[in-house]
Amino acid sequence: MADIQNMISMKGITKIFPGVVALEDVDFSLRKGEIHALMGENGAGKSTLIKVLTGVEHPDKGTIELDGKLVQVRSPQHSQELGISTVYQEINLCTNISVAENILLGYEPHRLGSIHWKKMNQLASQALHRLGIDIDVTRPLGAYSVAIQQMAAICRALEIFSAKVLILDEPTSSLDIHETQLLFDVMQKLKGEGLGIVFITHFLDQVYQVADRITVLRNGKLVGTFEAAALPRIELVANMLGRVLTELDAMAKVKSEQKESQERLVETQGLGRKNLLEPIDLALNVGEVMGVAGLLGSGRTETANLIFGVEAPDTGSLLVKGEKINRFSPLESLKHGVALCPEDRKAEGVVGDLTIRENIILALQARYGWIKFLPAQKQYEIAQKYIDLLRIVTPSPDQLVKNLSGGNQQKVILARWLATNPQVLILDEPTRGIDVGAKAEIQKLVLELAEEGKSILFISSELEEVLRISHRIVVLRDRKKAAEYAGDASDQTIMQTMAGTV
Amino acid sequence: MKKKPVLTRMRESRLFWPLVALGIIFAFDAIFEPGFFKIGILDGHLFGNLIDVINDGAPLMLVAIGMTMVIATGGIDLSVGAVIAISAALATVLINPALGNSLITNDILTKDATNTPLPIIVFVCLAAGTLCGVWNGLLVSRAKIQPMIATLVLMVAGRGIAQLITNGQIMTIYYTPYFWFGNGFIVGLPVSIFIVAIVLILVWIAARRTSWGLFVESVGTNAKATFYSGISDKNVKLLVYTLSGFCGGVAGLILSSYVHSTDANNIGLGYELDAILSVVLGGTLMSGGRFSLGASVIGALVIWAFTISMYTIGVPAAALLAGKAVLVLLVIVLYSDFARRFMNRLFERKGSQHGATD
Repeated sequence: MADIQNMISMKGITKIFPGVVALEDVDFSLRKGEIHALMGENGAGKSTLIKVLTGVEHPDKGTIELDGKLVQVRSPQHSQELGISTVYQEINLCTNISVAENILLGYEPHRLGSIHWKKMNQLASQALHRLGIDIDVTRPLGAYSVAIQQMAAICRALEIFSAKVLILDEPTSSLDIHETQLLFDVMQKLKGEGLGIVFITHFLDQVYQVADRITVLRNGKLVGTFEAAALPRIELVANMLGRVLTELDAMAKVKSEQKESQERLVETQGLGRKNLLEPIDLALNVGEVMGVAGLLGSGRTETANLIFGVEAPDTGSLLVKGEKINRFSPLESLKHGVALCPEDRKAEGVVGDLTIRENIILALQARYGWIKFLPAQKQYEIAQKYIDLLRIVTPSPDQLVKNLSGGNQQKVILARWLATNPQVLILDEPTRGIDVGAKAEIQKLVLELAEEGKSILFISSELEEVLRISHRIVVLRDRKKAAEYAGDASDQTIMQTMAGTV
Repeated sequence: MKKKPVLTRMRESRLFWPLVALGIIFAFDAIFEPGFFKIGILDGHLFGNLIDVINDGAPLMLVAIGMTMVIATGGIDLSVGAVIAISAALATVLINPALGNSLITNDILTKDATNTPLPIIVFVCLAAGTLCGVWNGLLVSRAKIQPMIATLVLMVAGRGIAQLITNGQIMTIYYTPYFWFGNGFIVGLPVSIFIVAIVLILVWIAARRTSWGLFVESVGTNAKATFYSGISDKNVKLLVYTLSGFCGGVAGLILSSYVHSTDANNIGLGYELDAILSVVLGGTLMSGGRFSLGASVIGALVIWAFTISMYTIGVPAAALLAGKAVLVLLVIVLYSDFARRFMNRLFERKGSQHGATD
């Protein structure tokens, strides 16, 4: 296959950190005009491989060839000069200056010693137009959605550094379906222009939608590089996990065998708040998993926040175990046995500088109040119990939470709420950004909890997941309840309801 | 569980670096002014430079205790100096029968008398400080004003209030029982250090034996997540500012007692910045989170040990601030990530050599 030109060819890359072999003899290649998905669980070595490619880390062994020439990538700046650009999950642009400034920052066109604004805006517009986007580039970047901000980042990579290789690290994790599609269109367009794109994501659907080839890493080792069309999805998952995944199959069975009771645990009657959520009626029974589906901005998180009391509703009423709730605050909810695992793990969930133990007992301690402080021994007991139960991977309960991987952090947050022994558990995107293995574990846990008689409101942007574990599914659209379905509804029906095309 | 070697545990203790700083200053004294450590007995109590460090440093230690908790929530309290002035002004006005209105005669200044009973004076000082703290706390937690701005209000206004109280005059007092707080001795040691010890122990118990300390650290690390966990971040903040105000009130009492007077313009001047420096010396991050009360108190001691040392070796008062600037610079460099990494590498290498030879 001499006609296929490898733009990048990494061979035998080995990177050893103190005590850990992050990468061991990994080969990776990227062709011209290719979208190459890089897959693996958290800790598989994806980020390290990208860091080696972009000069953040230097490999201990191995070679990197760019267009057939041996190169040493010295630093991130150097990699950009070589034409390798990265767009990160958290976009590192400035939201308070204009789109045009962001794109051309440091490379502004000048006239008579000052910035030629007109030309600058023109250049930026043209650059974005090339990606099929026409917006007012003089407005601040923050005025646009995350998707547009990403486009601006891509644009900057293309314009300023004339990137030949684009690395997209989890670009879709905060995009909704339409925005993702927009990004994919741009990716296809760039691919047509001969760019090589490395695409990192946790979403299997998306990989199959755009990727030409898939490279799978596991525990720092290369599992293999496959043509996407020739790799069945189940094999991909098996490759990533290194085991045949029967847990997911078993789960569907658990759900169907389950008998629901008709005892009401939570009921909302026209619960709503102006500019946040239209009045909504929900009823959650004992031992039930209610899935909430909807696009980004459809009111999923708002529903969770209203029920949990993060925001106080201004209409309607909320009943927990038949009792009407009059005061709304997380503490009140906690006392009534309602818990919320919030959507934004980093901002609303983990307290990074505290230890796992402290994070786990936080909500329980909040319920006990200021004076009744849990003795240290009791704290360790509780922490250890949940570390074992949820299989949190850590050397000790005194580890700082910020040092844990995303999946383990999520488990710590779950543990914080489980420790309060809630009757109702609201899970807002509990599996976002965590690897397949941890995802399956959390889904399994949700079903086990339901079996114990707890009610769970399960919010997720992954429809597949909602369908798999929910007994009933509520679909939200435009901050309203659009419809309610039984758990065996087809994904087609639900997607149409979400999109409003029924 | 395997215990870490003593040296490593010592180095990881929060008290390690502040103690090193204190040690360096004392080592300096030992070389240049060997008489520095001499402690004598006069009238049945101890005296000497070390006693001065403790007695003069007591108000700063108190303020640093309150400031530690404020900074641990990610806030700052710039008003403590002004709170000291208010508390001191109230005390002197309550004692001095002239009440600052009529002309002060020599007679009043030399009469060992008070206009108000001592317990009421003490109560008013502490209550005034606490109220100032509540005010700051409400501005920060309820009105959601940035801590620096919110406390700046009282920093500026507080000295004005204190001047109103004293009618713009330097109030001198002569009431021996009141002097006890700043000048008295119990079993040979200054009274002020006992007051510091009591406040420190009470705050430490509140912080480490109730869930308050955990909540403070949690709020300082991630206030939103703390709120989502069912903790009232507002009340946590209200309480730390209240405590800081209370500490300022106590400090004002001791300071005015020590100097037998209140100059509303000068008493406690710059204490807020010294307190912040003490907390930073103690290793609590300005961004909030983990804190150590003991380390902050040692931080305050470092500042006063430095000041007294400078005086002892004869550095003129005018040059003192410049000397302090050097201290601050050293501390900042020592605490920087760069220096930390350097030290860690140094220690690790040594550690591994030990391992090889053992």
